[in-house]
Amino acid sequence: MSAVTASTGMPTAVSKGAFDVDWRQIARTGGLLALGLVFIALTGMPVGLDERTVIEPWLSLGLLSLTFLPFVLGYTVGHEKVLEGVAAKAKGARDVVAGAAVGALGGLGLSVLVVLVDNFDLRDPLVNWSPQLVEMLSFDQSVGFGFVAWIAISGALGAAGGALHVLPHQVRRAVVAAILAVLLTAIFESFLTDVIDQLEFLYASRGGLTNVWAVVVFVVAMAVSLSGGGEKLGERRAAYQAASGPAKNRQTALFIAAFSLAMIIIPLVTGKITQELMANVGIFMLLALGLNIVVGLAGILDLGYVAFFAVGGYTTAVLTSPNRGPDWPSWVPTLDGPGGWLIALAVTIVMAIFAGLVIGAPVIRMRGDYLAIVTLGFGEIIRLLFLSDWLGGYFNGAQGITNIPSADFGIFEVKGTDPRSVFYLVMVLAAISIYISWRLEHSRLGRAWMAVREDESVAEAMGINTVNVKLMAFVVGAALASFAGAVFSAKVGSIFPTSFLILVSIVILVIVIVGGMGNIVGVMVGALGLVGVLGGPKQPGLLQEFSEYKLLIYGALLIWMMLNRPEGLVPNVRRSRELHQDEFLQDAWLRGEVDRDESTTEAEASANLADGLGTNGGAS
Amino acid sequence: MSHLLEIEQLSVTFGGLHALKDLDFHVDEGEIVGVIGPNGAGKTTFFNMISGMVTPTAGDIRFEGESLIGLDPNQVTQRGIARTFQNVRLFANMTILENVMVSQHCRAQQNIFGALFNTKGFKEEEAEIRRRGEEILGFFGSRLVGYRLEQPASVLSYANRRRLEIARAMATRPKLILLDEPVAGMNPMESRELTGLIGRLRSEWGFTIVMIEHDMDVVRDVSDRVVVLDHGETLAQGSFEDVSTNPAVIEAYLGRPLEDRAAADRPMEEQS
Repeated sequence: MSAVTASTGMPTAVSKGAFDVDWRQIARTGGLLALGLVFIALTGMPVGLDERTVIEPWLSLGLLSLTFLPFVLGYTVGHEKVLEGVAAKAKGARDVVAGAAVGALGGLGLSVLVVLVDNFDLRDPLVNWSPQLVEMLSFDQSVGFGFVAWIAISGALGAAGGALHVLPHQVRRAVVAAILAVLLTAIFESFLTDVIDQLEFLYASRGGLTNVWAVVVFVVAMAVSLSGGGEKLGERRAAYQAASGPAKNRQTALFIAAFSLAMIIIPLVTGKITQELMANVGIFMLLALGLNIVVGLAGILDLGYVAFFAVGGYTTAVLTSPNRGPDWPSWVPTLDGPGGWLIALAVTIVMAIFAGLVIGAPVIRMRGDYLAIVTLGFGEIIRLLFLSDWLGGYFNGAQGITNIPSADFGIFEVKGTDPRSVFYLVMVLAAISIYISWRLEHSRLGRAWMAVREDESVAEAMGINTVNVKLMAFVVGAALASFAGAVFSAKVGSIFPTSFLILVSIVILVIVIVGGMGNIVGVMVGALGLVGVLGGPKQPGLLQEFSEYKLLIYGALLIWMMLNRPEGLVPNVRRSRELHQDEFLQDAWLRGEVDRDESTTEAEASANLADGLGTNGGAS
Repeated sequence: MSHLLEIEQLSVTFGGLHALKDLDFHVDEGEIVGVIGPNGAGKTTFFNMISGMVTPTAGDIRFEGESLIGLDPNQVTQRGIARTFQNVRLFANMTILENVMVSQHCRAQQNIFGALFNTKGFKEEEAEIRRRGEEILGFFGSRLVGYRLEQPASVLSYANRRRLEIARAMATRPKLILLDEPVAGMNPMESRELTGLIGRLRSEWGFTIVMIEHDMDVVRDVSDRVVVLDHGETLAQGSFEDVSTNPAVIEAYLGRPLEDRAAADRPMEEQS
């Protein structure tokens, strides 16, 4: 649903010469590309990841980090939004020229960088201003070779990107799908071989796809795409979205059943690495589901959400570990027997609710930015309390609490060394969280949250006790975070104040934003995409190679999302309406749904007036 | 008989500005009272104070004999006073039905556990809230019902947004509705129709109404009594005919003839 739709009666495309391009646009994009490439080069990514091969022997991950950008920007420079009733420009040689020009401009940036790095020493502020960078960028040849090579390579990639425009729609999609398939198969090597050992034949002994298999994967992916595999999926999705009533419910139920079944089966067939990864994703998914209620539904920007995670983790630790601080009175039991974890979980939830009330009560009366800053402060206060000497007798300060036993259910034990069991436990808790979120969203409380998010003072004037309602969101969010805390401490076996840095809050918030605020599926996708692929604050993800640049990528992703898709990957209907109200109205207008004030006739109005005033006499 | 709403010696100052000064006012059950006055006379402040959004500096507001001073806006609504806003403030991204449903919040009883376990009571209450919402929207003819129920309020035309504002106020099940310029921006036809609806709000739904309005036709047609505010003070009270011929009122709206002006001190100048 976008107002930018290709019209049916579009005027014929205007054909122009190959060099009739928008040079300003090219200069802008090219300059941006040059800056981007120099930036990436100076982050150390190309050198650091040069050892990791993607396609043996010629493409390393380091090289890929520099080469994907010219291709992408070469494509986007020719990208044109075709507005209703406006003629599209003809596609052809001019797109290729524009792409090549952008690529060459960007390459020039790298070329200049090579020369500069070779001649000047700026290692002091810029750690990656190194001879290794020169070596890498000049392909172990002379600097002059590197200078020319980068202009040529980048220009060629830009031209290739621009050439995508010339291809017919279907072929273009197939090519992109094939390129992505090759890159993903190569990058997720460790994951794929962990899931299916037999896949190792795809890869060279030093890592990376072999040339032959790269071609095979490319061709297969292209064939699948051309045969319409992707389209069918899209159609299914559209059909699902169009459905309503019982038919939709049935489909949703079917989907949930299939998803649950997959979640039960997948850990059975995968190796330990993947199970560990899924357990981590699950813990962050739990946290994100809780924060989604606070931020997504009630619109309270909570930057200190980690506080409740910490309260959950520490409460469980204190109740189950023999190594808790020495000052605890003897009546606080150590529940390390079978079933003890469940009792601890119950206490943990109560404690988290209490913490939610205590932190929430002063915070919740504030609005907007002030509230965000104060929650940020409280998040740190909680961590510092656990770190402090004052409470050191209870929480051991920086030493943390160790020896936390695994969660023993008698028949089934959840321990950190068995990530599969952790994953199953997390999934059960996530199911509970999802159920709670879903029920509350569609209750009177959920409606009140929506109203508060839209306009707090009007909501109050309409009889909603905004303080209570917001506090409720805070408390439910805190309770859900404590689930994650309880699992976390049982899984890791030891917790320290540094487990609950502010970074955790930020990562959870990014998950919610990128996934789609207020949408349960979105939050799950966000957790999978960010923690699963990139990794959590301390947990490795699929792209372990990138862990050093994780925050950089998080930031870049967040900026890109805010610019291009602020509603998130899987948006909540209302959120996107809020963000795209103009486009929504235009679409509604195109569909003829906008209210045009069917004007009342004179007679009707008079009749109504008489009707209303007829009973007016007696009262005064 | 005691009045439904009774206001005594109500004053509010913002810094040095007397937005309202020693205002006395009352509404009886079943009345429709028009509040008029030039811009900046303190009409909207007057509404804000009744609805609890602004705390008065002095004086008392009593509703059904109980003071409203110090209550939060939601508590005032709970007592039975609903309001609309001059600059339409709907929940624009919620659907039309949701706008009306959410306003019944303070009349609903179900708590969080009812929602979690989807109890019989919860389902019944939700159905009742929905039914009531549709009933209220039906009051405005076919404009806000049917396929519109599930549309976001932002697609509505200006006049229909105003109607939805009134519907939302009705949904809080009030005894007294405060309408802040209900026909502002409507064309003459639409305002005549809405005037009729305001009359029906009393005759069919039993609401008492206080209405701020600049459209004198509407005020004349529907008000039992008119109160004129100027510079935070009551200038005149009475039937529309009395008020509209009152020289003080005419002066407040149109100003004095030029020759008189030099002779008399304007209250504004005294203050500044």
